[in-house]
Amino acid sequence: MLKLIHVSKTFNPGTPDARLALDDVTLDVNRGDFISIIGANGAGKSTLFNAVCGSFFVDSGTILLDGANVTMLPEHKRAKVIGRLFQDPMRGSAPGMSIEENLVLAAGQGGWMSHAGKKEKQAFRDRLALLNMGLEDRMKQPVGLLSGGQRQALTLMMATLSMPKILLLDEHTAALDPGTAEKVLELTTRIVSENSLTCLMITHNMQSALDLGNRTIMMDAGRVVFDTTGPERAALTVDDLLDRFHAASGKKLDNDRMLLA
Amino acid sequence: MAFSTILGLGQTALELALFNALTVLALFLSYSMLNVCDLSTDGCFALGAAVGAVVAIAGHPWLSIPAAMGAGMLSGLTTAVLQTRMGVNSLLAGIIVNTGLYSVNIWIMGGSSLLNMNKTETVFTMLKEALKGSPLGAQYALIIGLIAVAVVIAFLCLFLRTKLGLAIRATGDNPDMVRSSSINPVFTTTVGLCISNSFTALSGCLLAQSQKSVTVDIGSGMVTVALASLLIGGVFLGRRSIPLRAVGAVLGAFVFRLVYTIALRFNLPAFMLKLISSVIVVIAISGPYLKKQFPLYKRLLAAKFAKSGVGE
Repeated sequence: MLKLIHVSKTFNPGTPDARLALDDVTLDVNRGDFISIIGANGAGKSTLFNAVCGSFFVDSGTILLDGANVTMLPEHKRAKVIGRLFQDPMRGSAPGMSIEENLVLAAGQGGWMSHAGKKEKQAFRDRLALLNMGLEDRMKQPVGLLSGGQRQALTLMMATLSMPKILLLDEHTAALDPGTAEKVLELTTRIVSENSLTCLMITHNMQSALDLGNRTIMMDAGRVVFDTTGPERAALTVDDLLDRFHAASGKKLDNDRMLLA
Repeated sequence: MAFSTILGLGQTALELALFNALTVLALFLSYSMLNVCDLSTDGCFALGAAVGAVVAIAGHPWLSIPAAMGAGMLSGLTTAVLQTRMGVNSLLAGIIVNTGLYSVNIWIMGGSSLLNMNKTETVFTMLKEALKGSPLGAQYALIIGLIAVAVVIAFLCLFLRTKLGLAIRATGDNPDMVRSSSINPVFTTTVGLCISNSFTALSGCLLAQSQKSVTVDIGSGMVTVALASLLIGGVFLGRRSIPLRAVGAVLGAFVFRLVYTIALRFNLPAFMLKLISSVIVVIAISGPYLKKQFPLYKRLLAAKFAKSGVGE
């Protein structure tokens, strides 16, 4: 589904601030995989997503998406097949536009000059009703009035509306309160399994990294240092993960957020 | 003052407000929707006036309108390319194009900074001729202004509901979201500026033909006047649906004219108009900000005077 072959990226090359953010990353994501990605701050997790989405072009290596070489394809062209959620719930929807208008835009159906018809709008309502948040009765309200959790749930709906080939979740529940985070996470797993989406999820929560999905990878200093799936992964505990991190990177995981989680 | 004089003054003010309203609607698209402050507005207004005048003088009164709008689109395209493809800051892109247009406009007018259309057939003289003898005979300019404003509002209402229109609004509303979506912000910004500048040029074209002359500085200060009108309109019909907000923009143009007319009635000289428009823009933009800051200022002041009491 998604293949990264020897991908590298250096930020600020040739300056004292030069930083190797992705170091010869090779990753093969299979169709239907739900991969959780863990690693300390600055390990290159978000950079990996940015490389896949085309927020920047990588310095070397190849990125294949569903068999097509997208290495030099601009961001907005890749976005048609990639759904993406950020940590900041404000980032994924337009606050001054109504829920309905945001959904019309996200659905991406019809040509530039097309309007959304009654039938299409009803379909949006029906899908929103699945969120159990009462949003289907607030279709005409501006998105700016929604809470962070509601907005993130809406963004999740928007990201999956056009049936992307791959869904990238960048700590999408980290900015929400625990109750809402749980609800959004539950919603995520439901939508992913119902549509059998291929999904990559960055998380700081070690437990949910092991609980969710079928595969876990760990990153450090721009490299994938650990990749586990199947029975081996099923037997892992959070302590095992910390040990593996220590063994792979030669340092202690010094991220409070990660240890506490 | 005789009643007919007041009526005449009112009618002229109404006509001017309608022609200016087209520029206000252009800014409604670029400033309110796309969130780009298009400082090429002044030059583009004059460009529309110059192109419209030259084409009309050449004997094609109907062609003058699409020609002016086309020229406006080119100007908008230039501004858009500068800011989306060539790394020029969006405000600077507008200023650069505005400056360049000054030369272009004089060049279009054949090296002169003034063109006279006293004996030229324009859309106004044509309609005047057609309406001769009918009860609406004297309202020809008003009719043209009303039609133009109605067409532009109708277009905006329909256009902003399409997927492209929504994409343009999203580009102004949340650029972060658009950048990581399948919408190309370069494309939406370019389309938005082309359309808005075609309205600005139409506005200039109609004003010039109605007053039967063009000077190269016909558009000077237009961006501030239009922005003032837009913000006044926002006070009445802000946070509403798109059609109402567009109508509000036109209403703002009327209110601005009214303020201007009243100011003149108080024997304020005509050259004060630009200062008035500047002050209105400042009040409209900083008013809500100051209102929000006021409690803080009050506390800061109180703290300053109560300093001696600290530590007691």
